[in-house]
Amino acid sequence: MTAHDRANDLRDTDLDLADVDRHLTAIWRTPRSFWGALSTVDHKIIGRRYIVTAFVFLFLGGILSLLMRLQLSRAEARFIGPDRYNQIFTMHGTNMMFLFAVPVMEAIAVYLVPLMVGTRNIAFPRLNAFSYWMFLAGGIVLWAAFIIDAGPDVGWFAYVPLSGPQYGVGKRADIWAQMITFTEVSALAVSVELVVTILKQRAPGMSLDRVPLFVWSMLVTSFMVILAMPAVMIASTSLILDRLVGTQFFNPAEGGDVLLWQHLFWFFGHPEVYIIFLPAVGMVSTIVTTFTRRPVFGYLSMVMALVSTGVLAFGLWVHHMFVAGLPRLGESFFTASSMAIAVPAGLQIFCWLATIWLGRPVCKTPLLFVFGFIITFVIGGMTGVMVASVPFDTQVHDTYFVVAHFHYVLVGGAVFPLLGAIYYWFPKFTGRTMSENLGHWVFALVFTGFHLTFFPMHVLGLAGMPRRVYTYQPELAWSGLNLMISLSALVLASGFLLFAIDVVRSARTGPVAGPNPWGAPTLEWATASPPAPYNFARIPVVRSGEPLWDDEELCVATGLCVDRRELLVSTVASSTPQARESSPRDSIWPLLAAVAASMVLVWSIFTPWAVVWGSIPIAIALIGWFWPKGVPEDES
Amino acid sequence: MIITSSRLINGLTMLLVGVALFVTWRPARRGFSGVARAPRGDRDQPVDCRDQSSPIRHAVTWSHVISWSGVAAALIVGAGVMGWIDEGRRFRLDPPVNSELDGFRLMPNGISGAPPEIDFARGQPYENDAYNLSQGKRLYTWFGCPTCHGDGRGGQGPSFLDGWWLYGPEMVSIVASIRDGRPHGMPPFRERIPIEQIWQLAGYVQSMGSYTPKVSAPGRDDAKHARPAENRGPAVMLFEEGPIGVHPRQGPSP
Amino acid sequence: MNGKIPLIFVIGTLAGCAGTQSALDVHGEPAVHLRQLMLILIFVGVTVWVIVVAALAYAVLHHRSSPIDRAARSDRRARFIVTSLVVATAVIIAGLTVASFYTTRLIDGIGEPEMTVVVRGEQWWWRVTYLQDGQSAFQTANEIHIPVGTRVRLQLESADVVHSFWVPSLAGKQDLVPGRTNTLTIHADRPGVYRGQCAEFCGLQHSHMALLVMADDEASYRRWYASQLAESLVPDQPELARGKAAFLRKPCAACHRVRGTTADGTTGPDLTHVGSRGTIGAGLFDRTRGTLAAWIADPQTLKPGNNMPAVPLTSDELRSVSAYLESLK
Repeated sequence: MTAHDRANDLRDTDLDLADVDRHLTAIWRTPRSFWGALSTVDHKIIGRRYIVTAFVFLFLGGILSLLMRLQLSRAEARFIGPDRYNQIFTMHGTNMMFLFAVPVMEAIAVYLVPLMVGTRNIAFPRLNAFSYWMFLAGGIVLWAAFIIDAGPDVGWFAYVPLSGPQYGVGKRADIWAQMITFTEVSALAVSVELVVTILKQRAPGMSLDRVPLFVWSMLVTSFMVILAMPAVMIASTSLILDRLVGTQFFNPAEGGDVLLWQHLFWFFGHPEVYIIFLPAVGMVSTIVTTFTRRPVFGYLSMVMALVSTGVLAFGLWVHHMFVAGLPRLGESFFTASSMAIAVPAGLQIFCWLATIWLGRPVCKTPLLFVFGFIITFVIGGMTGVMVASVPFDTQVHDTYFVVAHFHYVLVGGAVFPLLGAIYYWFPKFTGRTMSENLGHWVFALVFTGFHLTFFPMHVLGLAGMPRRVYTYQPELAWSGLNLMISLSALVLASGFLLFAIDVVRSARTGPVAGPNPWGAPTLEWATASPPAPYNFARIPVVRSGEPLWDDEELCVATGLCVDRRELLVSTVASSTPQARESSPRDSIWPLLAAVAASMVLVWSIFTPWAVVWGSIPIAIALIGWFWPKGVPEDES
Repeated sequence: MIITSSRLINGLTMLLVGVALFVTWRPARRGFSGVARAPRGDRDQPVDCRDQSSPIRHAVTWSHVISWSGVAAALIVGAGVMGWIDEGRRFRLDPPVNSELDGFRLMPNGISGAPPEIDFARGQPYENDAYNLSQGKRLYTWFGCPTCHGDGRGGQGPSFLDGWWLYGPEMVSIVASIRDGRPHGMPPFRERIPIEQIWQLAGYVQSMGSYTPKVSAPGRDDAKHARPAENRGPAVMLFEEGPIGVHPRQGPSP
Repeated sequence: MNGKIPLIFVIGTLAGCAGTQSALDVHGEPAVHLRQLMLILIFVGVTVWVIVVAALAYAVLHHRSSPIDRAARSDRRARFIVTSLVVATAVIIAGLTVASFYTTRLIDGIGEPEMTVVVRGEQWWWRVTYLQDGQSAFQTANEIHIPVGTRVRLQLESADVVHSFWVPSLAGKQDLVPGRTNTLTIHADRPGVYRGQCAEFCGLQHSHMALLVMADDEASYRRWYASQLAESLVPDQPELARGKAAFLRKPCAACHRVRGTTADGTTGPDLTHVGSRGTIGAGLFDRTRGTLAAWIADPQTLKPGNNMPAVPLTSDELRSVSAYLESLK
């Protein structure tokens, strides 16, 4: 940058607030056209899109679960045949785990983390856009396959040899494996962005001990994603190679190993559930802080608990393979580690309880969901300790007991906080609050429906009912409980339906919200509702962990340009400002790159040459992406 | 993976319904906003950045279109569910259909002929459907074909992978070979294998020896690996200059 | 709502308490040890949950209107309480881990098995082979007889995909993995019929892959063993002879074996003594002449996707074949 350019910079120091707003809006806004929507790199627009899409997948998966419950409500029912049922439960699990649970947490982080750390946009915004398009493409590929009777039917974990070349008939398992690639690329991209944003783009003064707990949980989650996703990508790639090209990774007759798949998959699969759980923990901390009017008790212990959970989660995976015939000594190690991870989780629960005890709880809907979370997740954690024990697991593995356990920890531990988080941050996303009255009803229906549906499954599992069965014999004593579960599932579904109605209604006609309707302490509440495209007119300076609860007014830092997209880069530990970094403008290339990548991935389901020939359009898209465009942002 | 017309019609109908709904839906004056501006009125006064309230400028942006396309997609999926819930892999043939499979007509020399109408009506499932081909693959070992034909490369009996078809590559020829036997050692399996299974076997044999590998051909065995997998086109790779394992009196043409 | 949960639990548990396929209704040494561990874990789990929920309820109800407590003394006291709770958690966890290890040792230490039976999982039935001097003595399907009080080692193999052998009343489960041989030791402490089911998703008819373990007293077991060793019974009535002839003439003999006849197919279950078995179709129905006939007539409607094809038989043939098979005691 020449001295001439520097002299011509228009900085926000020299302007008053109105002018700053005018300039920044002009520079940061996304045009309201179709082209603008396709090419935006604004993390808020992409984040909102991501959240809505993930919730659409949630509801689709919920419909599948209702179909399953209808089939299981009677013994030897003939509503759905075995082939269709196998596709349905595979789609239910795959959809919920890969297309809903991880993406929705990433999506909320994409929206909120830059606001919470006080920066203008997420790091690598074009990669962010690419990540959304890849996620959408993967979801469409999977559901389109399901509609034409080519949906995967091998379980969401796709054990070989059932999903292998001999027993996995047709293209179903290949479609599953490629969908994995779509969603894992998407998740990896978001994780990289989050790590960089959290470590390098924090507001001045936001040292590591003042970072909000939600941001900490997203940091740990992102590192987990980066370390865990490659395992499942290797696994799914090896599966496709076995099926398409004839490699022998999982063929025991030629030196491969059936259990290799299980190791690779579960090395990813176990951290995956913590990838889903930890962001929810961060949401709970945020909600508890706001609605008890005090910071969470034991900040350092909470952070240590997050980090240790993230690290320990990589040492548990064999507990999914306790009955596969592995040596007892090795299995016992994993019993110990699986039980040990209950300690940091317990620590977090105790800290939240202490916060509520010492604070002044205000029972609004988000906090109700936190209560539901504590009640439900502790049950799930207790059954988790039970299944961590090898002998206990040999009785309940692959039965409805485990189904109950993981729904308790996933729905109780992730979906309840998620619903609370939506109620909490809805004013920030849309500028309107959701209905408190309907919120209480949603909570009551979802909580009651959930427990009535899933608690009896513990009993069913102990009574001998295995998982993944499309029907059962009348002479076994399971019909009554199954019917009760199926009816209760309708209550749960009605709760979610009411939630959807509340969201749509409130978005259109809900009461208008100010910037900080809950009186919360974190930085995202210092912006408008919804935030301006540039987030903060001037970057705030942070002096404590609860900046908006400080007695003094919020200070700002000045000196960023207002005639180009710029944000502040600071040091990792103490967050002293280091440099001004330009942020990319809107670009259509992420969409084009995603289209090219999707084409290659779908084509490679049919022939391996797709990877060779398909690399050409990808290369073209990447060249277009990175080609300097002559805008001021390129020069700085 | 056959897309039947009923599913297509359902899908298209729901797509049209979804588009129609979307186009006619009048967004409320207050709704989602993709971009919020600072209120005009407040521009003249200094505003504390903590106190920026902004009434929402409401309009449907294309961002909504993209998000709500998810809803339309859900409608399509619903249509798919409706159109598909009673279709799918058929494990049981109605007995009349089953007996129709026996009713193909051969040319006098035993090569080629007319498949039964039911085969075309069902979309030639034994040639194209991955499920039937994989069943044929299972039956190939189960009924002892490798005793004479090896893993396809022949032995006492002719090879399927040398690229030569003694009686032509059509399904009816192969079905007739299996059902009625052929001279010089191929026994009839009429009494040993039900006719539907014979058709599945024939489809598999045809896929083994086809010159372009079928998309729905099965993958490699989970066993000792002796020849390329069926979906890699073994007949193309292992093509021989002359037919293998043929009785001396048979020669290249029967 | 809060009152319904215990009631449901009680009713449901009662339903699960009885039954031939229940982890709570146990009759074998491994399963007895497992049930003890289960009860310990459940008790600890329920206690912890009740304490946590009580603390939450108290915190919410009692402190809803109190001022926010920022006193350093309260913080110190809270820190002390939280720390001791975490230590208590760690101690409980360690204790449960030790209990788990102890149960593992108990189960592994129940003694050397006295006989071996090979169980091979197929899609979607169980091929059971009894050995004598390391050689195969006879084969049966979907049913295992063991003498009461004897420890039996099951040698678990798979012919195709991963299955899992699970008879909850007798022992925990163990997978049948292609390419490796796993073992499971079962033991019944009293005579009875114990039902089990495949517990690893194995394809279309995973739901209908059940088996029976019948624990007989010593004399009954010897009688059963001897009759299974023998060749198939020769038909002594015209209808049975007609049935046997039809069986051999039709595709049946290509897949099934009946020792003592020319039928020696190995891909389907051995039918030499099918008339003595408790169920057909891997636990689908009780074995009667009627269910045999129904199964032969239309296997794909009863168990869609299974590997038995529908063989067209005339009604005479169906009657005589089902009578013949029923006679193979």
